Amino acid sequence: MKNILTVDSVCKNYGNFTALNNVSISVPEGSVFGLLGPNGAGKTSLIRIINQITLPDSGSIFLDGEPLQPNHIQNIGYLPEERGLYKSMKVGEQVLYLAQLKGMSKSEAKKKLQYWFEKFEITDWWDKKIQELSKGMAQKVQFIVTVLHEPKLLIFDEPFSGFDPINANLIKDEILKLRDNGASIIFSTHRMESVEELCDHIALINKSNKILDGKLNDIKQEYRTNQFEVGLLSDHKEELFKEINSKFNVENPKSASFNNDLRLLISLKKGEKSTEMIQFLNNKAQITHFTEVIPSVNDIFLKSVANNG
Amino acid sequence: MGKLKLIIKREFLAKVKNKSFIILTLLSPLLMVGLFLLIIFLNEKNTEEIRNVAFVDESEQLSTVFLDTKGTKYVDLTALGLEVAKAKTKEFYYGLIYIPKNDSLINLSKGIAFYSEDTPSLSLLSDIESQLEKKIRNLKIEQLHIDIQKIKEAETDVEIVTENFSGEKSSKIGSYLRMFVGGGFGYLIFMFIIIYGTSVMRSVIEEKTSRIIEVIISSVKPFQLMLGKILGNALAGILQFIIWAISAGLILTAITYIFGIEAASSSTSIGQMNPEIVQQVQQTSASELQMVLQEIKSLPILTMFFSFIIYFLGGYLIYSSIYAAIGAAVDSETDTQQFMMPVLMPLVIAIYVGFSVIENPHGPIALGFSLFPLTSPIVMLMRIPFGVPWWQIITSMLLLIITFIAIVWFAAKIYRVGILMYGKKPSYKELYKWLKY
Repeated sequence: MKNILTVDSVCKNYGNFTALNNVSISVPEGSVFGLLGPNGAGKTSLIRIINQITLPDSGSIFLDGEPLQPNHIQNIGYLPEERGLYKSMKVGEQVLYLAQLKGMSKSEAKKKLQYWFEKFEITDWWDKKIQELSKGMAQKVQFIVTVLHEPKLLIFDEPFSGFDPINANLIKDEILKLRDNGASIIFSTHRMESVEELCDHIALINKSNKILDGKLNDIKQEYRTNQFEVGLLSDHKEELFKEINSKFNVENPKSASFNNDLRLLISLKKGEKSTEMIQFLNNKAQITHFTEVIPSVNDIFLKSVANNG
Repeated sequence: MGKLKLIIKREFLAKVKNKSFIILTLLSPLLMVGLFLLIIFLNEKNTEEIRNVAFVDESEQLSTVFLDTKGTKYVDLTALGLEVAKAKTKEFYYGLIYIPKNDSLINLSKGIAFYSEDTPSLSLLSDIESQLEKKIRNLKIEQLHIDIQKIKEAETDVEIVTENFSGEKSSKIGSYLRMFVGGGFGYLIFMFIIIYGTSVMRSVIEEKTSRIIEVIISSVKPFQLMLGKILGNALAGILQFIIWAISAGLILTAITYIFGIEAASSSTSIGQMNPEIVQQVQQTSASELQMVLQEIKSLPILTMFFSFIIYFLGGYLIYSSIYAAIGAAVDSETDTQQFMMPVLMPLVIAIYVGFSVIENPHGPIALGFSLFPLTSPIVMLMRIPFGVPWWQIITSMLLLIITFIAIVWFAAKIYRVGILMYGKKPSYKELYKWLKY
């Protein structure tokens, strides 16, 4: 699979502070890529380098196979974490100006802008100043600014902060539509759970080092714990629990859910198969619930941080 | 290049469309005219006021001195005696001149007093003094039996015509003209740098606080943005100055038209008083006007014009890029103070030095400050009307251009780092670190 973006062993220092230490990532074309890590991990530094706002101290970056060069900025759309527009400039003028800075012609920008304004039903905002709009409204304008020039690569830094749930969903759908139309997306966020369901690739960054990257499914496969959550309906819960406990590694017993069943977390040892467990349980009681516990990205992050010392 | 043009256009429009800009541009000429008219009006009021001054001349020799003039009327109260006259003066007159009885001419000048409620006007006092001196002098001459006519014949009026070695004549009027032109140019640059430098700084801070900066510099280079901002603001400033210049020209013609007629009519009223004097006045004013015209012609106009442009551009670019860097380094305008002082200092010094330089345009202070690039745009421009050797102009311009490049380079570095820094008030040490990023 072709990569839209390749970052190859990039380092960046600010004085004595190392912001990025030998970081490499590859973003496959047409994917939704999650750049995840806590605050101050170096995500924004990396994004700024991709946007050619700052230069890396060493390392190289390729966009669509070519080394990054100034005219590539028109192929990238960037929504910074700190949103902002000229407060006293009119919405229409402002978007046209920013689109032209990205290399679009005025007439082209106008046409596209019309499309987006109609889509978001905000055509009457054209002559409003940004300071007259609410924060959420301004965010919509900012989103249009980011995508108007139809870039191949879209970078969203903390994409859903500042949107109410309805608008967050609207934006999410639009982003996925853009992906379906061929754009590649990078989500950068410290709220890992917020983008987990959207990403198909992720990279985890902590303290200026990349600690993990790859296909989300592969990573999850690798970090699966062989833990299963089961719910059992029985009249003799305590006896049942003792019986199961003698055979499997059981944690966290509790009575839960509406029909007051017994909830258990069962960890299988290596070599044990889940089918055998189901058979065993099925003989003892009525199974009301059975799921494999899949680690969240958050859990994976914590685990891999621990592993990396 | 296209992007720079876009940025310049936006910055220009953002500035020009600003309400305060429009109001300031349109209102200041009116304000200036209003102020001008007010001063004229007050001045007129002042001279129209007539002071009634009483006098008691017990010596009985000096009363002929007190002839009514335009602003002063004299009333002879000698007959009443000093005490009564004092009381009367308190009630009715501006002041009382008292000349004590004195038989000898030598002592006549002693003991003359002026009584008044308030501190008397200095000009009135010196006026009276000089008139009395003249009268007493004439009396003394008469007493010595010397023919006054002969003394008048012996008096000579010396006027030195100054001329430089290449034969060009100059005059005091010329010096004043040079002062005026040089000072005006220097002051213009000073004002422009402060007003538009601050405006550049505000615009940078605005971009920073509204957080649009990151969106923009993901499209253009920070240096382009900084340059576009500086040039856009300069264009807005030039537009403002052109509007002011045109309206000032219009208003001045209007004023001279209105007041020119008045001046002519007042001169006829003088003419009725003394035709001889009028002729003299007219002659001198005609020759003075010719002189001024000649002086204007003799100014190095071409040099002045080109050097104005170069020093104007150089000075503005240096200072506005410093302003831009300051704007980038801080989060809000209140934090700018610690950096503003060192920027304003050379400008203010330049103006002070400039005005003393006019007195002595070729001294070592003048030379030093007109070479030093942070003050040269102002000081050198003030010197140029007096004629400056070419090597000095060229050295100063070279220094200016080198400094300009260096400062823009430094400012761009600080700007580039500063616009993405939030939350801390940077120290000079911090700024130094930024240069190395």
